Amino acid sequence: MSIKGAAYIAGAFEHPLRKAPDLSVAAIHAECARGALADAGLTFGDVDGYFCAGDAPGGVLSMVEYLGLKVRHLDGTDIGGSSYIAHVSHAAQAIAAGKCRVALITMGGRPRSEGRSGVKQKIVAANVPDTPFEIPYGPTAVNEYAMAAMRHMHDYGTTSEQLAWIKVAASHHAQYNPNAMLRDVVTVEEVLASPMIADPLHRLDCCVVSDGGGALVVVHPDIAKNLNRPLVRVMGAGEAPKGLQGGKTNLTYSGAVWSGPKAFEEAGVTPQDIKYASIYDSFTITVLMQLEDLGFCEKGQGGKFVADGNLISGVGKLPINTDGGGLNNNHPASRGGIVKVIEAVRQLRGETNPEVQVKNCDLALVHGTGGGLSSRHGSATLILERV
Amino acid sequence: MGTIYQDRIMTIPEVHPEHKEYWDAAVEGKLLIKKCASCGEFHYYPRVICPHCHSDKTSWFEAKGTGHIYTYSVMRHGKPYAIAFVELDEGPRMMTNIVDCDLDEIRIDQKVKVVFKQSGNQENPGSFIACFTPIESD
Repeated sequence: MSIKGAAYIAGAFEHPLRKAPDLSVAAIHAECARGALADAGLTFGDVDGYFCAGDAPGGVLSMVEYLGLKVRHLDGTDIGGSSYIAHVSHAAQAIAAGKCRVALITMGGRPRSEGRSGVKQKIVAANVPDTPFEIPYGPTAVNEYAMAAMRHMHDYGTTSEQLAWIKVAASHHAQYNPNAMLRDVVTVEEVLASPMIADPLHRLDCCVVSDGGGALVVVHPDIAKNLNRPLVRVMGAGEAPKGLQGGKTNLTYSGAVWSGPKAFEEAGVTPQDIKYASIYDSFTITVLMQLEDLGFCEKGQGGKFVADGNLISGVGKLPINTDGGGLNNNHPASRGGIVKVIEAVRQLRGETNPEVQVKNCDLALVHGTGGGLSSRHGSATLILERV
Repeated sequence: MGTIYQDRIMTIPEVHPEHKEYWDAAVEGKLLIKKCASCGEFHYYPRVICPHCHSDKTSWFEAKGTGHIYTYSVMRHGKPYAIAFVELDEGPRMMTNIVDCDLDEIRIDQKVKVVFKQSGNQENPGSFIACFTPIESD
């Protein structure tokens, strides 16, 4: 069974706040749910499938009660920040199998208000098999991604200047997003002059820490065609975990090498066909590695590919993250996947700021890396088409 | 000047039943990894069932305790420390810290040997943790 054409994204909503100390996390989920359903022209009563991940307080059971939903299909898959990209695929599968017809995906959180950040040690759950062999060493979000960057530089000659171009592109896009947390355009020199956090990643190689959230509504084709919204069709998807492989790990590639080809095959398209891409940007290195692994350039050539504005809308060959991405716009709950889908939907509908809108944007890719690039992460790829 | 290694409080790891021998050996300054009798492969972190061939014929093997740095990153925010992956001479790559050296002089492919640091602190001491330090090249 393929999910090609099995479902449409009918509703998308991004929470406007970047700091929300007066909202509970559950309330952020609820506000996003209401926004996405209103965007689709549907109601809470229409929802018969619900999807959420580890940011949802109390998981699917607490959230279904809080939201007042009556559903017949549940999915709490958690692969970190890429969970919601996989949820779109899972929703399409469930719709194709007749398990639901209107799937609601929500996420939200407030790490900024709660004082969490990527330089702090990760929280350890009991009985997790790998953590006794990692947690004494002080792994954090930033030094895990930094180790992958260090080895990539060693093997392929990737430079800090090349990584900085990814931040420069994000800042160019963010200047047109009134909700973006950081809106100042920065230069390569400014990225390199920002404080070193974990060699070789500077502060401006890191995404923001923000509150916020988002929601999506994925529906059966019959429902999509009766809604007065542009049609954004699910074309293909792939997902893959990557871990330390019993000690045989290679940190210069991500799980995108597996999830990407599956998605392209299912959609029947190639990287050259993609007009716009939302590429998870927890750190600049994340973008570079994913672009290589998805086949937008040869392995090891990511540095050249991202340089000289090639990722800037209207300037380069592959516009990415036209909302400013995690580097500038937001990274709600330290999980950026849902905003990646939302911006791709905006591009396909032609609803972004005209300054960053990609012309004739009829085919988009969304890709996420959730978790740790140097320990365990979940890769998810999604290809969407405007009909 | 350089960035000289400073001791830091390492989080005490949970000791799971299948890893008791590993932590007991660490007290004696020995690094244990697992070897599989079915496929002949080493693996790390240690498991009851081999992650490569899924046989249960795994047994403890005392690593030489030498290897080279596969990758690393020095945390510059707060007290500096060097997280790394070391590739053991037996093959597996393991997460670790590089210690007892100038952190600014750490390089990929540098030869290193194991040294153990105790986790926790004086009031609440924990297991000994396998770290690595550069081997003098003269």
